[in-house]
Amino acid sequence: MDDALKKTLIEAMTGAIVTHADELTALDQAIGDGDHGLNMKRGFEAVLAEMDLITAKPLPDALKAIGTTLVMKVGGASGPLYGTLFMTLGKELPPEPTIADLARALAAAIEAVKARGKSDLGQKTMLDVLAPLQAALAHGGADLTKRLPEVVRFAAEATVPLKAIRGRASFLGERSIGHMDPGARSSALLATAICNAIGA
Amino acid sequence: MPASKNVGIVIVSHSAKVAEGAADMVRQMVGDNVPLAAAGGNAEGGLGTDVAAIMAAIDKAWSEAGVAILVDLGGAETNSEMAVEMMPEERRERIVICNAPIVEGAVMAATEASGGSSLAVVQATAEELMSA
Repeated sequence: MDDALKKTLIEAMTGAIVTHADELTALDQAIGDGDHGLNMKRGFEAVLAEMDLITAKPLPDALKAIGTTLVMKVGGASGPLYGTLFMTLGKELPPEPTIADLARALAAAIEAVKARGKSDLGQKTMLDVLAPLQAALAHGGADLTKRLPEVVRFAAEATVPLKAIRGRASFLGERSIGHMDPGARSSALLATAICNAIGA
Repeated sequence: MPASKNVGIVIVSHSAKVAEGAADMVRQMVGDNVPLAAAGGNAEGGLGTDVAAIMAAIDKAWSEAGVAILVDLGGAETNSEMAVEMMPEERRERIVICNAPIVEGAVMAATEASGGSSLAVVQATAEELMSA
């Protein structure tokens, strides 16, 4: 992957998080500790600040560097979770990945996030967006960059009726029902930003 | 503090005040022959936990006998696990995260550590609080 595309993708992800930071924080205020937007914004702005260093690396190393930066800068549990996601993608992807490579690497990254968060599907977390995204990638087909944003939007909305089992929202038990999971929303935002940047 | 042969204790809380307060209690009740460090709050000084700060605390409390970490809520545990994984490989297996209440666990672990107990015994002593 060339440096220009890596830059475009980092700018797109950072832009999506910065634009929606208040929304993510509002979602987190409903069922968490109300800092998800701010934390993610801090993390991705740190990635953006190191963009030239990061994009000069081959894709696997660039992804690992993004993961490490997120771990160090995000704070809160989403730092290690997103950090683990990006680091594992970096470990699993070749420098010039195909869609099939992406599907396989994301499957490995999902397992790593499950282990890090001691969580599983259906527990109202980012996994509930990442798993349908991975399934759609594995299924493949035409117009993926146009279809995936719909897939992740529905998946994030599908976390609304779920009861949180992991994370701060789990303290609320039944009261977590009726709110979208902020991590599911931020995952959907990132996936959509990537699709839009590639599809544009 | 000179290099100690005793297991070190690291206290990780979402609140800097909680982490420092728990460390104060350990110092007063156990004394200072146990390497001790606290990491509380996020990098901006707000509530949260910070992987870099946890790594620095592990360094500060490092002992060849190992380090036992006490954590409060979920994010502190997740970030502590991340910090351990980012430590040099030869240190990783000598760092444990105790499943114990943070204040009582820190005091009990430090008391056990001050007598020269092994990392496994220090951890078990702290974790007995969960089954008590």
